[in-house]
Amino acid sequence: MAILELENVHSYYGHIHALKGVSLIVEEGEIVTLIGANGAGKSTTLKTISGLLRPREGHIRLNGEDLSAYKAHDIVSKGVVQVPEGRRVFGRLTVTENLEMGAYTRSNASETAQAVERVFHLFPRLKERHNQLAGTLSGGEQQMLATGRALMAYPKVLLLDEPSMGLAPVLVDSIFDTIKQLHREGTTILLVEQNARMALQIADRGYVLQTGQVVLNDSAQNLRQNETVQKAYLGIS
Amino acid sequence: MLRRTLERFTLTDLFMWLVGGSIILLVVVGSVATLRAGNYTARHWFDFVVFGIAQGSVYALIALGYTLVYGILRMINFAHSEVFMSGAFTGYFIANSMSRSGFLDRNPIIGLLAIFAVAITTSVTVAVLLERIAYRPLRRSPRLVPLITAIGASFFLQYTFRGLYGSQNRAYPEVDALDGAWSLGGEFVIQKIQVLVIVAAALFMFGLYMFVQRTRTGKAMRAVSEDKDTAALMGIDVDAIIVRTFILGAALAGAAGVLYALMFRQVNFFMGFIPGIKAFTAAVLGGIGNIPGAMLGGLFLGLFESVGPTLFLDGLGIPAPYQLKDVIAFTMLVLVLIYRPTGILGERLATAKA
Repeated sequence: MAILELENVHSYYGHIHALKGVSLIVEEGEIVTLIGANGAGKSTTLKTISGLLRPREGHIRLNGEDLSAYKAHDIVSKGVVQVPEGRRVFGRLTVTENLEMGAYTRSNASETAQAVERVFHLFPRLKERHNQLAGTLSGGEQQMLATGRALMAYPKVLLLDEPSMGLAPVLVDSIFDTIKQLHREGTTILLVEQNARMALQIADRGYVLQTGQVVLNDSAQNLRQNETVQKAYLGIS
Repeated sequence: MLRRTLERFTLTDLFMWLVGGSIILLVVVGSVATLRAGNYTARHWFDFVVFGIAQGSVYALIALGYTLVYGILRMINFAHSEVFMSGAFTGYFIANSMSRSGFLDRNPIIGLLAIFAVAITTSVTVAVLLERIAYRPLRRSPRLVPLITAIGASFFLQYTFRGLYGSQNRAYPEVDALDGAWSLGGEFVIQKIQVLVIVAAALFMFGLYMFVQRTRTGKAMRAVSEDKDTAALMGIDVDAIIVRTFILGAALAGAAGVLYALMFRQVNFFMGFIPGIKAFTAAVLGGIGNIPGAMLGGLFLGLFESVGPTLFLDGLGIPAPYQLKDVIAFTMLVLVLIYRPTGILGERLATAKA
């Protein structure tokens, strides 16, 4: 059984039909990527999984359990955690406080402290700045913080929305290194990326979205060779 | 540089400068004249200041309720003044019965704690119902809608309590232990009740500050006030945090209600209106959404209102200047809105998305 499964999911922003029957599967331990143009519905898919949007039709299942009835904060405690697009760190909270918010679903103080240490080990930069307000961090540091904050909940499935957006190339490499490391540690990852080239290099499988529908789905290797994908998303003609 | 500034200087600017200038002139001339006339001694000024701080502490406690809710929902809870009234008014009944049985004079501490407990419980109940029934269903509607609802809820609560408790003024019982004054040496004395108000308000505010800074719920409140969606993505139950915010604000308003009633000895169903709007002024003055700002704004407004009328107006030969204290308070609101709309400690609107 797949750890995360979307079956014919439809969601709406007001009257706008944003997802028109998206189905996809993420197996345990995989990195699966969603690629597609702006407005194709990639972020909407993640928002719907996280419960910020309610699917009007279709099912979202985590280990077979239907998530559509749960609210966003319950879905976090079920083990699905998202790193939102644009990082969205709490700028007026310190780095440590931001991390504590990531562990909000566990109230145990010593577990939280342990999780903070783990994140600091993964991102030593954050440890140096633990008392600083998150709003004063650089873009790259904020991305580290947003990722670390999501890891505080020990997610079963990590949803990453455009982690490389607006970062310098060096930082993009380091973010992707982190994703690979998390993958090696056994975290299941659903990755949304504009940078399809990088995404397809580290992913196991990929889905191509177009105007709210899945138009292609294959292994990452095959997608890299696919002519349409090369033309539309990899800039190879 | 200078030329560009001059080019941008419009008639409106000129008018505003004239208004601002003449107010400053009025204040300076009035103050000098009052002080030179010497009708007031140091003791008078000391009394004005202490009374101002006491009154300002009450404003600050109420202002915190406005600011907490604004910080989290970006909405002015105009029914907050009724949350304050409901606590003070309900507290009256237990205070009165304890006073008649003599319990309040025998055990003033337990008695006062009981009054606080009843008032706070009432205010919290009213605020929680208000949030659940009137505001939560409108969470996603345009901002004007909950604002109008709040005004409607304010009237609804006023007349509900008028129906429940009657429309007459009720005199809050005197507490023997709080009667009288302490001498501070020389001619300076300080009323016991004012000491209680200032100390209690300071304790409540310190408690609130520590709560918001240190506890898990307090941090979550700050996170929700910055970004609700992301807070939900971290597993924070946003609705629960909003309810807790209303509870905190209401508890402070209930406590403020008792302090206010002990100081002014009178309650009625309409008593929330003026302190409520003053506290709202204080919250705007300090920078709405900002917790230390509300405290500072409250104290500032209380002091200004107490010292201001006499200091600025007496020397100008205006009779009974103290009657004009509300004019001073609201002139200050207008000036703040014109010259520093973000308040004393407020952040720029661009970053607050207000």
